Amino acid sequence: MMNAQQPPSAVTLPRAEAPPAGRRRWWSASTAAKIALVPAAVITAVCFYAFVGWTVVISMTRSRLLPVYNFVGLDQYRRLFANERWWTAMENLAIHGTLFIVGCTLLGYVLALLLDRATRGESFFRTVFMLPLSMSFIVTGTIWQWLLNPTLGIQDAVRDLGWTEFVFNWIVRPDRAIYTLAIAGVWQQVGLCMALFLAGLRGIDPNIWKATRVDGIPTWRVYTDIITPMLRPVFFSVFVLLSAMVLKSFDLVVALTGGGPGFSSDLPARFVVDHILNRQELGLGAAGAFMMLCTIAAVISPYLYVELRSPRKEA
Amino acid sequence: MRYQRFILYLLLSSAALAMLAPLFFMLSTSLKPMDEIRDGSLFALPHAPTLAAWGKAWSGACIGASCEGLSGQFANSFWIVLPSLFLSVGLGSLTGYALSSWRVPHANLLFGALLIGLFIPPQVTLYPMIVLMRELGLYGSVPGLVLVHVVWGLPFVTLLFRNFFQTVPGDLLKAARIDGAGFLATFWYVMLPLSLPVFAVAMILQFTYIWNDFLLGLTFSSPESQPVTVALNNLVGSQFGEQEYNLNMAATILTALPTVLVYLFSGRLFVRGIAAGAVKG
Repeated sequence: MMNAQQPPSAVTLPRAEAPPAGRRRWWSASTAAKIALVPAAVITAVCFYAFVGWTVVISMTRSRLLPVYNFVGLDQYRRLFANERWWTAMENLAIHGTLFIVGCTLLGYVLALLLDRATRGESFFRTVFMLPLSMSFIVTGTIWQWLLNPTLGIQDAVRDLGWTEFVFNWIVRPDRAIYTLAIAGVWQQVGLCMALFLAGLRGIDPNIWKATRVDGIPTWRVYTDIITPMLRPVFFSVFVLLSAMVLKSFDLVVALTGGGPGFSSDLPARFVVDHILNRQELGLGAAGAFMMLCTIAAVISPYLYVELRSPRKEA
Repeated sequence: MRYQRFILYLLLSSAALAMLAPLFFMLSTSLKPMDEIRDGSLFALPHAPTLAAWGKAWSGACIGASCEGLSGQFANSFWIVLPSLFLSVGLGSLTGYALSSWRVPHANLLFGALLIGLFIPPQVTLYPMIVLMRELGLYGSVPGLVLVHVVWGLPFVTLLFRNFFQTVPGDLLKAARIDGAGFLATFWYVMLPLSLPVFAVAMILQFTYIWNDFLLGLTFSSPESQPVTVALNNLVGSQFGEQEYNLNMAATILTALPTVLVYLFSGRLFVRGIAAGAVKG
């Protein structure tokens, strides 16, 4: 990646200055480092950990519009688990999550493999595939809301071409709206997966290719039997990345379906925000938020374990 | 072999077409008058392209009660993004530097804690953050939005810089130390020039993330400080009766334009940044 071994001539060092003899000893450079870490430490302790704790506390109270500290134990969780909208949202998360992760990974990998073989036009195709990544989920949602609109979008346009019976009205159907979310989501994020896989493919030792050529192994077999298993860590990071993304999915569903028709395409992130901001159900929202946290913890703890145990030496 | 290359480029081209088609339809719709949208086909090119919808989206569209278009919120987004960008990259780079290049007790603990913070969904700490902003008197203001972006951007920028600074040879730091450079001087004269590409990457990605943010803008802004993504969503969602699709599409393109331009002009740096630290959803 980054080349850290730049020639030292690129570095301008300040002229040496002898430290004053009477310099007080408690002030050393590492004191400065400690001071520099204070803002980060405060933000981490307060805005992440204390605030997560606060949310957990609120989730065990009867708080509605404002936090009140009359503890009711796990009542809010009981209410949450009895709430039909919550379960619809969780079921939708499972459907959308699976489709989004599988779709993105699969298409992203195929695109990366194709680009890996392409001798020309790589940067053009890469630019095109990654273009949607630069846009907001709100933008993506708005575009696809228009394309999926049955009276004006793709359905209407295909009917105009002569297939008058063509039906593609998923966005207005309660049983199908959730699937449209994955279409827009994959369109937006497939470039990310492609980029990560492509970086992985480029990192493969060229000697492996030479060796397989000597052995006369067909290209596709090299990919299926040798390269793909070697990329296991990349698949793992892509999975973690997409899971974290899908769990936080809020903007896209707001812009694309608004959670509708009814609550048929609702997601947990939207449930939580709606209950905290609009419905004055702070306790219930906090309980939902904590459940979101538990879900993500289950996915990322293996990742963090690996990441924190072996500090990476390369950027 | 020839036909294999043909199939390869056929597949790549159809994928590129699938990615570009929605954007093309968006652009062509934004140039059509409403009659043409209603009666014509999505696939048809505009007969008489007009920028009327663009003008309206910029300065005449009604969002809620006011009919001043997106220009005000577009400006808001810049006022939110620019300070957030400099503050979050500044603080994140300094934190990453202190964590990677100096012996500070519990540095790994802090780094681990920050890394976990990267994965905490913003919804979980949303309400406490609202209270904090209210207590600080910053709720609904641009400085408040800047502060929340700095908070939520810190783990990502720190990770990016910490991973880079770890690759800098320790001898270089020692040499600077011997020459009498302290903490900040080493950062400024040694680390900063080395890490200019990382700075560029961090700037580009933070610009994209902050401009594209919706949740924080929705939660922490007031009508006066609303960012353009929130305004776009309100514009599209709040029209009564028939939707003005040309207007919606023009507004969408306007909202997306700054980040798309940054992406197109930054090219390889964007790709590099994605590969280096794509962790922030």
